[in-house]
Amino acid sequence: MDISQYLEIFIEEAKEHLQSLNTSLLALEKDANDKDLINEVFRSAHTLKGMAATMGFKKMSVLTHNMENVLSEIRNDQMQVDVKLLDILFQCLDALEGYVEKIIETSNEGDGDSDALVAQLDAKLKAEMEPATIIKEVAKVDGLESTPTAGDERAAKHKKMTVTDFEAHALSRAKAEDYNCFGITIYLADSCVLKSARAFIIFRTLEKLGQLIKSTPAVQDIEDEKFDFDFSLFIVSKESAEKVKSDLMRIAEVETVLIDDIEGIVGAPEQSEEEKKESKSDIKKSTDTKNKAATTNRTVRVDIERLDTLMNLVSELIIIKNGLETVENTDQNFNDQIEYLERITTNLHDAVMKVRMVPIERVFNRFPRLIRDLARKLDKQIELNMTGEETELDRTVIDEIGDPLVHLIRNSGDHGLEIPSVRIKNGKDAVGHVELKAYQDGNNVVIEVADDGNGIDIARVKAKAFEKGTISAEQAEAMADQEIIELLFRPSFSTSDVISDVSGRGVGLDVVKTKIEALGGDIEVETALGKGSKFIIRLPLTLAIIQALMVNIADEKYAIPLNSIQNIEDVNIQDIKYIQNEEVINLRGQVVPIVRLDGILEIEREDDGRDVITVVIVKKGDKKAGFVVDSLIGQQEIVIKTLGKFLTSIRMIAGATILGDGEVALILDVNTLV
Amino acid sequence: MAETVLKSEDTKQFIVIKQGKEKYGINISYIHNIVRIQSITRVPKAPKYMTGVINLRGEIIPVMSLRLRFGLQAEPFTNTTRIIIVKVSGQAIGIIVDEVEEVINLRDTDMEMIIKDATDEKANYISGVGKVGTELVTLLNIEGFIVVSN
Repeated sequence: MDISQYLEIFIEEAKEHLQSLNTSLLALEKDANDKDLINEVFRSAHTLKGMAATMGFKKMSVLTHNMENVLSEIRNDQMQVDVKLLDILFQCLDALEGYVEKIIETSNEGDGDSDALVAQLDAKLKAEMEPATIIKEVAKVDGLESTPTAGDERAAKHKKMTVTDFEAHALSRAKAEDYNCFGITIYLADSCVLKSARAFIIFRTLEKLGQLIKSTPAVQDIEDEKFDFDFSLFIVSKESAEKVKSDLMRIAEVETVLIDDIEGIVGAPEQSEEEKKESKSDIKKSTDTKNKAATTNRTVRVDIERLDTLMNLVSELIIIKNGLETVENTDQNFNDQIEYLERITTNLHDAVMKVRMVPIERVFNRFPRLIRDLARKLDKQIELNMTGEETELDRTVIDEIGDPLVHLIRNSGDHGLEIPSVRIKNGKDAVGHVELKAYQDGNNVVIEVADDGNGIDIARVKAKAFEKGTISAEQAEAMADQEIIELLFRPSFSTSDVISDVSGRGVGLDVVKTKIEALGGDIEVETALGKGSKFIIRLPLTLAIIQALMVNIADEKYAIPLNSIQNIEDVNIQDIKYIQNEEVINLRGQVVPIVRLDGILEIEREDDGRDVITVVIVKKGDKKAGFVVDSLIGQQEIVIKTLGKFLTSIRMIAGATILGDGEVALILDVNTLV
Repeated sequence: MAETVLKSEDTKQFIVIKQGKEKYGINISYIHNIVRIQSITRVPKAPKYMTGVINLRGEIIPVMSLRLRFGLQAEPFTNTTRIIIVKVSGQAIGIIVDEVEEVINLRDTDMEMIIKDATDEKANYISGVGKVGTELVTLLNIEGFIVVSN
C-alpha cells in the first residue's frame, strides 16, 4: 500500500494539531476547569490518533490513545486536571513532536519509546478508576480495527443515485456483455482521518475488480476530501457481489459496504421517509467535518519549490522588462505598451510575493510554551505578551527566524529578568514581562523582543571585554555605550561562558546576528540599566526583488537598496571636516561619516578634482553614512542573485543583478559598509 | 591531428586548450558550455585570479583566469579567448583560457597519472599527462584548482 504521497499531508496536519494541542494545554494550565478547552485537547488527541493509525504509526497512535483515555475521564468529570497531569500531557506532546520530527526526517516514527509516558498516564487513570476497566481500555487498540457494524443503520445511498443517458447506456451494454452491474455504498469508520487516502485505496481496489461507471460525490471531490464518511458508486464487474464486498471490507477503516445488483434502481428512485431521516442524522453527525472541509477548500497546499520557480520566472520577466526599457524608441505606442508591461510585472511580483507570505504566528506560537518551561526551570515568574502575530513575512524568512528568536527570548528570560525576590527589592512587579512584538514598517518587518529586567550593565561588559583582550584600555575609554553593547555580538565574546554572569546577554548573540544578516536584515539593542532591554530586528519583506538606486562609480555601476537610503546630498568639498582623521560632513546638525566607495571598492583612478561631490546618505538603524558616488543613474526594480559559493567571502557585496542591457551590476551591502 | 574516434569504455574525452605555448586537457564530463569572451563585472576584494562575474543567460557565474591562477602574466583578451563553463559540486564557474583547440580521446594507456603529493598545492592542479601522437597534454584536475581557490 503506497501511502507515501499522503505523508506530506499527514506531516502538515499533524503539526497543526500538535500546535493546537500546545495552545490548548497552555490555556488549560491557566483555567483547569474550562470544559471547552478539555474538549479541544481531546479532539486534537483523537484526530492525531486516527491520523497516526491510518499511516501505520503505531507508537504515536498508542500514545495518543492513552492520552485520550485520560482526557475522556476528565471530560466525564471522573478526574480533575492538576499540575502533575498537565506536566505529563506536556511530556506526551513533546514525545509526539519527537515522533513527527522523526517522520519528517526518515518517513518513519523511529524506535523512540513512550512506554514510560503511557505508564504514567495509566497510573493517573488507575488512581481514579477501577483497575479492571483500565486494563480493558488499554488493551483495546482502536482506530485500526475494521469491525463492521450492523449494516441496517446505514442507508444504501446508491439507490438514490441517478445516471445520465450515457452512463445508462454504458450499464446496459455491460449487462449485455454479461458483466454484473453493482451499486455500492461504502461507509468509512468515523475515526478515519485521511479519508481521501482511504478512498484512493478503495478506488484502486475497485479498478482491479472492474470498471467504475459513476460515483457520488464525483471522484475528484472524493480525492479532495469533499465528502463525509460515505460515498456511493456504480461499477461493472465480472466478479460476484460477495467477492467485491469482501475485497472492499478487507481495506482498513472501511466500516460498512452495502452492495446491490443494479437492476431496477437505475431509474430515479423515491426517497423513503426513513432514508430522509437517516440522511438528516448523517448530516448532523458530520457537521464538524463539513465545517472543516468548507474552510480548507479555499486553500491549497503548494510545495515551496513551485513558488520558488514561479518567483524565478517573475524575476526573469522583470529583467526582460528592464531590458526593453533601455531600448531607444520614440514610438509613443511602444512606450505605452512598455508602461503597461511594467504595471503588470509589478503587480505580478506583488501577487507572487503575497502568495509566499506567511503570518509570523507560525513562529510565535511556540513561544508561550518556551516561556512556561523557562519560568519553571529558572524559578521565575514570567509573563509573555505577544502582539502583531498576523504580520506577514516571506516563507523563507519565517523558516529561518525561529532559532534567533528563541535565542533572544531565552536570553531575556535567563539573563535579562531578575528572580522575583530581587525584583520586589528593586520595587518591580514580581512577575517579569517579556514582550514580543511584530509590525510592518515600510518595506521592512520589525520584530522586537523586550524585557523589563535589569538591562545590560555597560560598565561590566566593558570590563569583561578589556579583561578578555577584546579591546585595549584606550579603546575602552573612547568607546560609546552603543559600541560597547555591540561587542556582545562579536563571536569571540559569545563563546565564553563567563559572560552569562554579567547581567548581559552573550551566548549565541553572534549567531543571531549572522543569521539575521544572512536574511538581509539587521539587529540592534536598546537598553537601560535597571529597566530592561529591547532587541530590535529589522527584516526585508522580500528577498528576491527590491527597489534600488543605481549609481556610477568610475566606469562601474552599483546598486544601493532603496530602503536603506535616506536622501541624496550635493556636498561642497570644502564642507568635509576631519574627525580623528576620518572624513565627515555636518548634515543639518548631525555628523555623518563619509565613505569613499571608489577606495573601498578598489577602483584605481586619478582624483577627478571635483568641487562638489554627490553623497548618498544611507542609514542602518540609528547609524548613518554618506556614500560618495560619481553620478546617479536612477531608481530601478532589481532582482537579487547571489555571487555563488566561490565568492562568499566578499562581505560588502550583497549580491548581483542583471541590468537591462545584460550587464551585471553588484549590489552594495549597506549593513557592512556603514 | 584527427584522432581515431574511439568510444569504448577505456577512453576518456578531453578538451584541449592552449595557454601560451602549453597545452592542457580538461575532462569533458566537467564541461557545461564554452562561450566567447563577454563583458565581465569586476568583483572588489575577490582573489586576483577571480576576474569577476558574467551573465550567462540570466545566471550570474563567477569567472577565473587560468593564466592568473597559474601565476602567469595577464594578457589582453583576443579573438580566440574563450570562457569554459565547468560545473564543480553543482556550482558553475567559468575559466578564461587563451584558446580552445580540439576534443581528443585518450585511452588509459595514453595517460600517465601523477601520484598526488598533498603537500604541494600546485601539484593538485594536475592529474596527469596525456600523450597525443608526439605531443604531451597536461591534464588538469578541475576540482583541485577550483576547490583550493575557495
